[in-house]
Amino acid sequence: MGNLKETFVTPLLKGNPITVLVLGICSSLAVTVELKGALVMALSVTIVTGLSSLVCSLLRNTIPNRVRIIIQLVVVSLMVILVDQFLKAFEATYAIDKSLSVYIGLIITNCIVMGRIEAFALGNKPFPSLVDGIASGMGYGAILIIVAFFRELLGSGTLFGLQVIPQALYDAGYVNNGLVILPPFALILLGCIIWVHRSIDKELQEK
Amino acid sequence: MEYISLFVKSIFVDNMIFAYFLGMCSYLAVSKNVKTANGLGLAVIFVLLCTLPLNYLLNTYFLKPGAMAWISPALADVDLSFLSFIIFIAVIAAFTQLVEMIVEKFLPSLYSSLGIYLPLIAVNCAILGGSLFMQQRDFVNVGQSAVYALGSGIGWYLAIVCLAAIREKMSYSNVPAGLKGTGITFITVGLMGLAFMIFMGITL
Repeated sequence: MGNLKETFVTPLLKGNPITVLVLGICSSLAVTVELKGALVMALSVTIVTGLSSLVCSLLRNTIPNRVRIIIQLVVVSLMVILVDQFLKAFEATYAIDKSLSVYIGLIITNCIVMGRIEAFALGNKPFPSLVDGIASGMGYGAILIIVAFFRELLGSGTLFGLQVIPQALYDAGYVNNGLVILPPFALILLGCIIWVHRSIDKELQEK
Repeated sequence: MEYISLFVKSIFVDNMIFAYFLGMCSYLAVSKNVKTANGLGLAVIFVLLCTLPLNYLLNTYFLKPGAMAWISPALADVDLSFLSFIIFIAVIAAFTQLVEMIVEKFLPSLYSSLGIYLPLIAVNCAILGGSLFMQQRDFVNVGQSAVYALGSGIGWYLAIVCLAAIREKMSYSNVPAGLKGTGITFITVGLMGLAFMIFMGITL
C-alpha cells in the first residue's frame, strides 16, 4: 500500500510533470488566462491521463513494440474525443470548450499523457497506472491553477470572473497589468514557480 | 500576393511557439545545441508540409459537415467532424513512422543524426495544432494549407534555432542555482516571446 501512496505523491511534488519533467508545456500556457478555463483543462487532462494509462496498461502485453506509438495515440485520442464531446454536450461547459478552442484537442499530443504511458503504464499493473495517471494530471492541474490564479488576479482583477480587487482601488488609480495577459508572461511566471520549487527542494537543482 | 501574406503571417505573426505555445515540450528539450535543433527543425517543417495538406483533403472531402455529398446525395447530411482528432493523429503518426522507415532505409547518415527525434515528431503539438488550426480557419484550397504549413514550420524552425544559440551562449554565464537549466530557459523563452510580439497586429 505504501508503494501506491508513493506513486500518487511523487507526480505531485518531486516528479511534477511541468516543473520537474518539463512535459506538457504546450497546452498549459495558453489556457491560463482565466481560472475557469484552467480548471476545466486540469480536470480534462486528469481524466484523459488516468483513463488512457489504465487502458494502455491493460493492453501492455498485447501491443507490438514497433507500432506502439500509433496504438497509444489512438487510445488517447479516443479519450480526448469523449471528453470533448462531453464538454460540448452541456450548455455551461460549451462556452468554455469554445474558448479553449484547439487546446482540448491538443491534449492528445500533451506529452504528459504519452510520457506517463511510456514511462509507467507499459511496465506496471492497471491499478497503479490509473493512480499514476490521475496523480500526474493533478500535478499538472495544480501548476495550471497557480499560474491562472496570478494571471487572472493581476491581469483582470478577478477570480473565476468575480471582481476581487475593490473598485475603490481602481478609483484611486490602480490599473490592471496588461503584460500579465500576454502569453509570454505565462512562461516567465512558470520560470519563477520553478525557481521557488527548486529553491525549496535543493535536490532538484541542475548542476 | 495572398499566399505571400499568409506565408509571412504564419512565420512571424502567428508563430507556433511564441503566439500559441505549440511544440513546447520538444522545443525546450532539444534546444541544448544548434546542431540537433537544426535537424529537428527541418524534420518538423517536412512533416508539417506533408501532413497538413493531407489532413486538409481528408477534412474537406470526408469529415466536414456535409463533406461527403460528392459520393452520393444521401450522404450529404453526414457530419463526421467528431472523428477529426483521431483521423488527424492517425495520419500524423502513420506518416512519421513511414518517414522514419524510409529515412532509415535510404539515408542512414541522416537517420543517425536525427535518430530519436523523428518518432518524437508524432507527438509534437505543433503538427497536430497546425491541422486543428487549419480546420478552424477554413482555407479555400490545398495550396493555402500547404503555404500555411510551410510558414508555420519555418517559424518553428527559426524559434528553436534561436533558442539553441542563446542557450549555447548561456552555458558560460552564472545563473542562480535554482534557476539553472529549466527555469532560466523558460524566462528566456518568455522574453523572446515579448520580442516577437512586435509583429502582432501587422496586416499584410
